[in-house]
Amino acid sequence: MGATSTNKYKSDGTAAGGLLEWVDARFPFLSLWNDHLARYYAPKNFNFWYYFGSLAMLVLGLQIITGIFLTMHYKPDAALNASGIPAAFASVEYIMRDVPWGWLIRYMHSTGASFFFIVIYLHMFRGMLYGSYRKPRELIWIFGMLIYLCLMAEALLGYLLPWGQLSYWGAQVIVNMFTAIPLIGTDLALWLRGDYVVSDATLNRFFALHVVAIPLALVGLVAAHIMALHEVGSNNPDGIEIKKKKGPDGVPLDGIPFHPYYSVKDIVGIVVFLMVFAFVIFFMPEAGGYFLEFNNFYPADPLVTPSHIAPLWYFSPYYSILRANTVNFFWIDAKLWGVIFMGLGTVIFAFLPWLDRSPVKSIRYRGPLFKGALAIFVVCFITLGVLGTLPATPGLTLIAQVCSILYFAFFLLMPIYTSLDKCKAEPERVTG
Amino acid sequence: MKKLLIALLFAPLLAFAAGADIRLDKAPDRSRDFPALQNGAKVFVNYCLNCHSASYYRYNRLTDIGLTEQQIKDNLLFTADKVGEPMTIALRRADAKAWFGVAPPDLTLIARARTSGAGSGADWLYTYLRSYHRDDSRPTGWNNPVFPNVGMPHVLWELQGEQVMGADHKLVLAKPGLMTPADYDAMVADLVGFLTYIGEPTANFRKQLGVVVLIFLFILFIVSYALKREYWKDIH
Repeated sequence: MGATSTNKYKSDGTAAGGLLEWVDARFPFLSLWNDHLARYYAPKNFNFWYYFGSLAMLVLGLQIITGIFLTMHYKPDAALNASGIPAAFASVEYIMRDVPWGWLIRYMHSTGASFFFIVIYLHMFRGMLYGSYRKPRELIWIFGMLIYLCLMAEALLGYLLPWGQLSYWGAQVIVNMFTAIPLIGTDLALWLRGDYVVSDATLNRFFALHVVAIPLALVGLVAAHIMALHEVGSNNPDGIEIKKKKGPDGVPLDGIPFHPYYSVKDIVGIVVFLMVFAFVIFFMPEAGGYFLEFNNFYPADPLVTPSHIAPLWYFSPYYSILRANTVNFFWIDAKLWGVIFMGLGTVIFAFLPWLDRSPVKSIRYRGPLFKGALAIFVVCFITLGVLGTLPATPGLTLIAQVCSILYFAFFLLMPIYTSLDKCKAEPERVTG
Repeated sequence: MKKLLIALLFAPLLAFAAGADIRLDKAPDRSRDFPALQNGAKVFVNYCLNCHSASYYRYNRLTDIGLTEQQIKDNLLFTADKVGEPMTIALRRADAKAWFGVAPPDLTLIARARTSGAGSGADWLYTYLRSYHRDDSRPTGWNNPVFPNVGMPHVLWELQGEQVMGADHKLVLAKPGLMTPADYDAMVADLVGFLTYIGEPTANFRKQLGVVVLIFLFILFIVSYALKREYWKDIH
């Protein structure tokens, strides 16, 4: 990467310039700055969908900073205090009441978790709209999928920490899924829990993984995601390569430097995002029970199972797929099929670069088959999400089964319908 | 095709609407009415804070709703020595479980925890505390349609009087109490207002601050949008 800018910074005579020259002689400051910002040429036609990458970085930063401050006051301890309340649950209320501005930090973190998924789902949908996963961006997409999986693990681990009723029983359900795995399942679940039930041991290990292990992996993967992106350059809503048309100076004709153009544009996006984010934090932090579930205001009670254990909204499509498996096919238990299809449902996105055989990348030039398939997929994903928050009835299970089949059909039939599709010709240069 | 998709999308919502719970009465909003909240605090301390704790709520936080520390010390400090201590109780949980079958829950967060699709936690509490009726089949002699076979007897019976469950599942006041039904409802509303307030004491300040933050962000939006336009004016 450093090959593009071998020049070192020369001082302009000011004190700041002198310091920069001193630093740049010892650290690749100028080349990093140029490669990733000032001379990173991004297509000039980014639209609304292109805000969500930088917003995801913003939310990651907010989660890390608010998380650090929460860690200073939170206690991962399931022991009951004198009033019969688990210390972990009590420490969250201590943050909400006695820590100065603790309520704000906590609401930022709890709301941030949901907004992380909103932003990431929209970011992934952008990739599907404009074929951002296609050659040569397969690795960017795979790093992105790994980020998504880490994010799900991070959310799941973090959700146990407030030690409320749904924290506890949600973790119980999820760890029990591993028992469906033949031969090693029961021992694996025991190893994950560190006990025969979700307990203090589970809380402590989930805390360690939530605050150290997964965030480290996330930061590393985000760095890899961006380095891979800056190696090949960004896709755009037309799905054509701007590097194919360069000016005499070697700069893509449709490219503009990321800084200052997209840095100032992303600031606008960030401010609008913060307005929505602040609205939720200050006026509806529970978001009707979707961001903070009401049943989680009861401390964890291992003796009282809630009548309805709903997963958090961002897991609910996969929870629906899990529950939709009700038949023991081929002597394999329905529960194991559920776990298999749920796992497959999350990782199947990673295969998109090889499933898509269309000659064009962007939805703008795709034919009716892909557009129809994507529309059905979106409807199925949202329906599965809604169903996952509701108690299962035979009628709803049937809807979930139909949606699950269509969900997988979108991916598995993609090589067929993308080859048959009647696509329009891509333009030579980017359009508006 | 499009109609089918829309039908598929909304089918689960219809199913959700069908499974309605018991109908809850709307609790009056007391969030900014300090005299009402102070009355609620008085009722809470006198009637609830013997069996139920509010262990995340400190006595001196009552200054939020317009009381002075001296007033709190003189009138409300029954279960603690110092005004900075939380509202805990002396009742041991093991004893409570033996007596009532279940240890009375801590009530600090009850208004948040009781929120559901049927209504807010305040609505639930407001309906619940007005729905006790005589039932000789229960060990306590009381039952409640909002919380069937509830362990708690009707602690406020002296004030409300005795209701019985009519044949058409309507509650009828059989023996009047010390308060008129309207006064009793107003007192329960104050108590529920207080329980809602201790569920999140910062709620009023949070909303006030939210307005300031949104105004700031709106101004920042205008500035940042002007900056973006200035930079982008020669990109075509």
